[in-house]
Formats: sequence, C-alpha cells, structure tokens
Amino acid sequence: MSYKAKFRVWRGEGGEGKLEDFTVEVNEGEVVLDIIHRLQATQVPDLAVRWNCKAGKCGSCSMEINGRPKLGCMTRMSTFTEDETVTVTPMRTFPVIKDLVTDVSFNYKKAREIPSFTPPAEVKPGEFRMQQIDVERSQEFRKCIECFMCNNVCHVIRDHEENKSNFAGPRFLMRIAELDMHPYDVADRKDSAQEEHGLGFCNITKCCTEVCPEHIKITDNALIPMKERVVDRRYDPLVWLGNKIFKRSSSNS
Amino acid sequence: MTQTTADSPARRQRAQIKERTLRTDPWWRYPLITFIIFMAFLVYATWAIFDTSYFMAPYHAPFASPCLATSCPEGARLFGFAPFGDWYTLPPGLLILGLPAGFRFTCYYYRKAYYRGFWLSPPACAVNEPHKKYTGESRFPLILQNVHRYFFYAAIVVGLILAYDAVKALIEKPDGLGTWILIVNAILINLYSLSCHSCRHITAGRLNHFSKHPVRYRAWNVVSKLNAKHQELALVSMFSVMGADLYVRLVAKGIIAFSFA
Repeated sequence: MSYKAKFRVWRGEGGEGKLEDFTVEVNEGEVVLDIIHRLQATQVPDLAVRWNCKAGKCGSCSMEINGRPKLGCMTRMSTFTEDETVTVTPMRTFPVIKDLVTDVSFNYKKAREIPSFTPPAEVKPGEFRMQQIDVERSQEFRKCIECFMCNNVCHVIRDHEENKSNFAGPRFLMRIAELDMHPYDVADRKDSAQEEHGLGFCNITKCCTEVCPEHIKITDNALIPMKERVVDRRYDPLVWLGNKIFKRSSSNS
Repeated sequence: MTQTTADSPARRQRAQIKERTLRTDPWWRYPLITFIIFMAFLVYATWAIFDTSYFMAPYHAPFASPCLATSCPEGARLFGFAPFGDWYTLPPGLLILGLPAGFRFTCYYYRKAYYRGFWLSPPACAVNEPHKKYTGESRFPLILQNVHRYFFYAAIVVGLILAYDAVKALIEKPDGLGTWILIVNAILINLYSLSCHSCRHITAGRLNHFSKHPVRYRAWNVVSKLNAKHQELALVSMFSVMGADLYVRLVAKGIIAFSFA
C-alpha cells in the first residue's frame, strides 16, 4: 500500500537555506531515509544526505525529524499519519555543510582532548587480568555508534554556542566515565572532567538518554556516577578525610 | 545557491531555523504537569507545616515527625525525648522538614524535573530554552547540588523514624487503616531513599574492582535495580507522604471518624 506524503526538507548550504515542500511516494515498510533517497532519485538529485549502513549501526544518518533527533534509517514512516507533514532538518547544534549534512568535527576535536586508556606502567601487554563484572559497566558505553545525537540535543551547547569550547558533551563525558571506571586505567580523570570537559554544565535533564538509538542509559549510568566521583574528589570532606586516614587513592579504589 | 568551501564563513553556521522547535508532539505536557504537581506539593507542605493537628495517638503525621520539643504532645515525642526542650515553640515540621526537602531538592530526578518544569532549562528535549546564558551546575549557587549525599544520609535517618512511627502504630492499633497507610508510606519513602543515585555510588559505584568487593557488588546490584525506578519511587513516595500526612491530620481533626480509622 502506497500513498503520497508531504515532506518539508531543509535545503541550503552553510547555515543559509529554507524548508522546501515536496510530495513524495511512500510504500509500506519504508523509513524516512528511504523517502529522502526517493526524493534524491526523482525530484532533487543534488539533495545532500549522509548515510551508510541503513541498519542503525553506523550513526551516519542523524537528522531531526519533526524536530526530534533521530536516525533517518530507524524512523518508520508508519509512525506518521498519512496526512501528516514530515519535517526533516539537519542537526541544529552543528554547522551545516549542505542540506541535511552537518560538519560534526566538533565531536572529533573533543574526542582528541580526552587522554586515551592509561594502564599502569608495570603491567605489560598480555598481563591484563579482568573479571567480567569489573568491565561490564563500561561495556554498555561501548555500544555507542557515535551518531552524536546526544551532543546535538544537549541544550548546554545546542542553545549556547559559547559553551562549546568548555563542554565535551554527553558522548565524551560518557567516554571519561568509561575510562574512569576501568579497573586498569590509572589516569586521573575526575578533576579534568569537571574543569576541562564541563561535567558541571550538565544539569541531568536526560535528553541524551532520551535520544540515544542504542538505549544507553547515559545519564544514570555514566554522567551521574561521574558526577558522584567528582563529588568524592572535590566536594566531600568525609571522603577526603577517609582517603587521608586510610591512605587510599581516590582514583582507583 | 552559492558554493561554499571548507573555509567559508557560511560553513561554520548552523541551519538558521527561526522556530524555537519543530516538534509537533505535545512536548509542553511534561513540564506543565511537573509544574502543577510540584506546586501542589509545595502548597500542601507549607500548609501542613503550620497546621497543628499532626498527632492523634498512635498516628503521627509524617510532615511533623520526629517531634523534638516539649511543645509536642507527650506521645508524639521521639522515643519520649524532647531534646529541644521548651524554648522551641515553633511548629515541629519547621525543625526537620529541611532534611527531606533538601534530599528531594537535590535529588537527581527532581533536578531534571524542576529544571524542565520550573526553569525551562530546557523545557523539553530539542526545544530551545529562553535563557541567554547558561552555566548549569558548574558554579554557585547550583554547584551546591553536590551536597546531595549528605541529605541522603539525613533521609535515611528520617526514613527510619517514619518506619518507627509506623511500627509503633502497628503495635498499638494493628487494625487501624491509618496504621497501614503509615506502613505503606514508610516502605515507599525508604525505597525512594535507597534508590538514590548517591546511595548507588556509596554502596559500590565508586569502586573500579567489583570482583574484590563481592558483598558491596551485590548491594550495588540491588540498589541499581531500585535506581532504575527512582523517578517512579520519587513521585509515588511524594504522593504517599502527602496522603498519609493528610489522613492523619483529618483523623486528628475528627473529620475522619469511622471505627477502623
């Protein structure tokens, strides 16, 4: 069963552009990305869209569909009514290259700012011994497909461009949490999470968790635990006293 | 349409979309309902603090428990003691409500809810907030939210006192409806406290080697399961404490007077 759907798609280069209206055929079982491809094939051959796997695993086709960050390939047309106009725009937080394609290099820059996994110097490759329960917490975060929709939806930078230099975004604060929880990581990440990567900006409104296509509990399992670890380090006099008395290190307890 | 290059200033621009949001679903519903519920709670709590009908043996209204001054009826005093003596004559709720209120105010769930419902920061996901500047919890005053775990310690004590009140009522009036309301309330309040993110961190969340601490790891697993329901427990316990408090006051005022009340 097919029908003609009304689409409004952002068209333009750089930030300038406008929403253009299209009427396009929709067939049963199709997703928004299929419709964008049909538009490309039949009406606007120069429409730019980034895509790759069409299976929700590469994180390329992040876009905003009716104002909500979504993967084009995972948004079924059956979730809309036939008379509904579907509005498709590029991610708002990042600069637009053309049409639906944004420049997400902000995220790569932030990724580079985080020191990589730092094992103890005395442990040689092949000597790592970890139990499953020690690493499974971090494994949830490894499901991330880097669609950057969490960074896109986070109001800290979505609504405040000026915060971009001081805030790594949920994706990379989660990366810091992943490393900080790792039993063999010895780098000190708590102070830098707060001072350099802007963990304090997060007001845990959970939009990152809401939009994550991999259903990672970013806020509950990464950001809040990381905030609590920062409290241990910086704001809790009892933990500080305990560390002094028992001579324990708060970085790898 | 002009061609842009990587160095073009236009390429550094976001899409110039004027609408605050393009969402078509009723995104305003969550912040609006949150605002209404929390305002109702605040109004009720303010009234309850100054209402003097908080004790009707063996029931003790949760908003006025524990009673720590001689101005409280004798049966209402915690373990029969009145450490604040007779100089404290203000309502008992004023003395202690700051602790559970502080626990809820700094709770990670409530923060999410009121940042959205009251401060509109943001009102909903992918809806622009109205504020020009944003520093979040990175500086004063919101950096004080980090004190949450201390309120958690206090909330555990308050939760135990509510449980004590409920057990006391159970012993003295096991067939009273109020007894069972207080018991359900005490259970929900304590579950809410135990499901707290700070509790999860303290049990074992701060550790990196779960395998070296099997008991704490087990506790962390239990708290994690509760923590997944933190929002629900926060709301249900808010309604239960309000309902239990109101019930006791209505009994004390004689408005509810049936035989098994």
